[in-house]
Amino acid sequence: MKAGFVGELLGRSDYAIIGEIVEPNTKVLDLGCGEGELLEWLAANKGVEARGVELAGAKVRKAIGRGVSVYQCDIDEGLADYPDQAFDYVILSQTLQETRHPRTVLREMLRVGRRAIVAFPNFGHWRVRLSMLFSGRAPQTSLFPYEWYESPNIHFLTVHDFEALAALENLVVERRYFLAGHRKVGVMPNLTAEVAVFLVRRAS
Amino acid sequence: MKTLPEMIVEANTVRFDAISLDSGATLAPVDVAYETYGELNAAKTNAILVLHAFSGDAHAAGISALDGKPGWWDNMIGPHKAFDTNKYFVICTNVLGGCRGTTGPGSTNPATGCPFAMSFPVITIGDMVRLQRMLIDWFGIKRLLSVSGGSMGGMQALEWAVCYPDRVVSAIPIATTTRHSAQQIAFNEVGRQAIMADLDWSDGNYYGKQPPARGLAVARMVGHITYMSDDSMREKFGRRLRGKENFSFGFDVDFEVESYLRYRGSQFVNRFDANSYLYITKAMDYFDLSNGHPTLAAAMEKTDARFLVISFSSDWLYPSYQSQELVRALRSRNRDVAYVELQSNYGHDSFLVDVAEQTDLVRGFLANTFEKAQ
Repeated sequence: MKAGFVGELLGRSDYAIIGEIVEPNTKVLDLGCGEGELLEWLAANKGVEARGVELAGAKVRKAIGRGVSVYQCDIDEGLADYPDQAFDYVILSQTLQETRHPRTVLREMLRVGRRAIVAFPNFGHWRVRLSMLFSGRAPQTSLFPYEWYESPNIHFLTVHDFEALAALENLVVERRYFLAGHRKVGVMPNLTAEVAVFLVRRAS
Repeated sequence: MKTLPEMIVEANTVRFDAISLDSGATLAPVDVAYETYGELNAAKTNAILVLHAFSGDAHAAGISALDGKPGWWDNMIGPHKAFDTNKYFVICTNVLGGCRGTTGPGSTNPATGCPFAMSFPVITIGDMVRLQRMLIDWFGIKRLLSVSGGSMGGMQALEWAVCYPDRVVSAIPIATTTRHSAQQIAFNEVGRQAIMADLDWSDGNYYGKQPPARGLAVARMVGHITYMSDDSMREKFGRRLRGKENFSFGFDVDFEVESYLRYRGSQFVNRFDANSYLYITKAMDYFDLSNGHPTLAAAMEKTDARFLVISFSSDWLYPSYQSQELVRALRSRNRDVAYVELQSNYGHDSFLVDVAEQTDLVRGFLANTFEKAQ
């Protein structure tokens, strides 16, 4: 992949990548959609049929108030009701590391959706490694700013970890993007990427 | 700050030749009382039908020209409110079987010249909605932008979406259920038995005589308890005594809560017909959206309306699990549904009294639905 500049969408570079991946006039489900900004943007600019799942009531209210159809529930159990292959894309942005059962979530995403877009912070980034090496404590960086006892992140993963899980699940990685700030990085992404975005589907 | 001029409103009535009912009976003729707020646009695409709960009526908003009272959802309907009457044309009818202008057991039976009383046919939520549809036809409205209501109003909204899917763009069922649980039926039955145990009920033939005021008042007292929550009752009444410092050591009113319930009970008698209480509660108990379908989800297959489903955390009469059942059925058919449980201490009454968050939700949902539908 060529190194290059990535702009922002709604203040986030991973959203810019997702905005680029999603084809127009498709059906999109965003898990952990927050206040629904990304879905609103996709509906307005890509004509997608947008749905969201979010646990926090205040965020759900904001999302519904902006016209996005959001359902209040937990991602770990929230997908069971949907029929198979109901969506073209299921998005999980910066949330996989917060789920109790990431592997189940990934499977469910690819049951209800033809493709999954997964964006996550890379725990293999050199700053994380250095932090742990020198402090001897649970790493704290700009990407992982929390004390271990306050962190919502309960399943830390790296770029290599995700690739390995994708292989184990027999998934096809259609695209992979590695971001450091506003740059796409190509060399040694497991060491240099702050955020990774994967587009995966089941091998048919 | 400038005060807005109050919206002074009056109910109208339309008479239709006949309506066939789910029971097989026919009512002929049938009157329906309604109020409207705002203006119907030329394309007739901005109409919203608002549906009242058990004891409501057609007077949903504005100030009644008759008695100067505000409508039951006046905090939700009006200029710049959730149902913005500068933008939308809002219709509310009194339900079939009611006692506020629409034909009910207290209406005169044309065959006898006397009130129907218990010869009034048993009615269903489906019958109520069928009569509303006749009125919507009469207005020449092909599709309602939305159907919305809380409690029994929510049941009607759901019935609309499933029975007349091509007539509604969206539905906003609030604090409601797809069918009554044993507990809900039980509370209704206590109310009915209170009325029927009152000797003044006289098998329903009390018109022109003393109505079963004590029975109806007790029924209403039970109802009011179910509309509140433990928290809201503690906050509103606690164990405070009414106008005294010590117990009376008798059975007059001691506690504030007793005084409140007695007052609400006696007020209700002045505006509600005991037989309507029987008929309407029965219609709620019979309601089951999945009737005639193998499953609730199968019933949802018939509608492609957008849904906004709202429940309230402290509502133990129509608990959130019932709304979630509805939402799960909609999701299983991949329908467009938004759902949130709002935090409120007011119990089932929340949808009438705690409307700030509900307003933001409904306003945003309607604006987006209206825009998409144009």
